[in-house]
Amino acid sequence: MEYLIFFERWVHFMAGILWIGLLYYFNFVQVPAMATAAADKDGPGPAAIGKYIAPKALLWFRWAAVVTWIAGAGLLGPNLGKAFLLQTGFVNIGIGAWLGTIMLFNVWVLIWPNQKKVLGMVQASDEEKNKAKRVALLASRTNTMLSIPLLFFMAAQSHGVF
Amino acid sequence: MNPLDSILGTIISGFVLTVILAFVAKAIGA
Repeated sequence: MEYLIFFERWVHFMAGILWIGLLYYFNFVQVPAMATAAADKDGPGPAAIGKYIAPKALLWFRWAAVVTWIAGAGLLGPNLGKAFLLQTGFVNIGIGAWLGTIMLFNVWVLIWPNQKKVLGMVQASDEEKNKAKRVALLASRTNTMLSIPLLFFMAAQSHGVF
Repeated sequence: MNPLDSILGTIISGFVLTVILAFVAKAIGA
C-alpha cells in the first residue's frame, strides 16, 4: 500500500507539472505569440502554431489533467470524501482538490471543445469561432489564476497555511 | 475591464484569491 501511495504521489506531481506547465505555456507564450504573429504582416503568421503546435500541446495538456486528477484521487484514497467535505485535517488538501476539480472541468468542458472550433478541428462559423476563442481564453486564464491557490493549498496540507 | 484579459491581472487575481482562501481555511479549522 505504501508503494502505491509513493507511485500515486509521483504520478500526481509529474502529470501536474506537465498539465500546469502547458497551461502556463498557453497563457504566457502561445497566446501572446499568436497575437504578435497575427499583427506581423510581413512575418510567417500564426497558422503553423495553430496547425502543428497547438493540437499536440492540447493533447498532452488535457490528458495530463485527467492523469493528475486520477492520481490525486488515488492518493487521497479513503479520505477523498473528507477532503471534498473540508473535514478537520483535510481542509487544505480539500480546497486543493476542489480547485483541481474545477480546473479539470474547465479543461474538458470549456477549453477543449472551444479550442476544437478555434483550430478548425470541428466545423464552426466565424461568429462561433470568435465566441469559442473568448470562452477558451477566459477558461484558460481562470485556470491560470486558480493554479496559484491550488499550489499553495497542496503545499499547505504538509506545511500549514501560515 | 476583465482582469483575466491581462497576464498580470490574472496573476494578481490568483494571489488575492489565495490570501482570501487562506483566511477561509484558517476560519474553518485548517
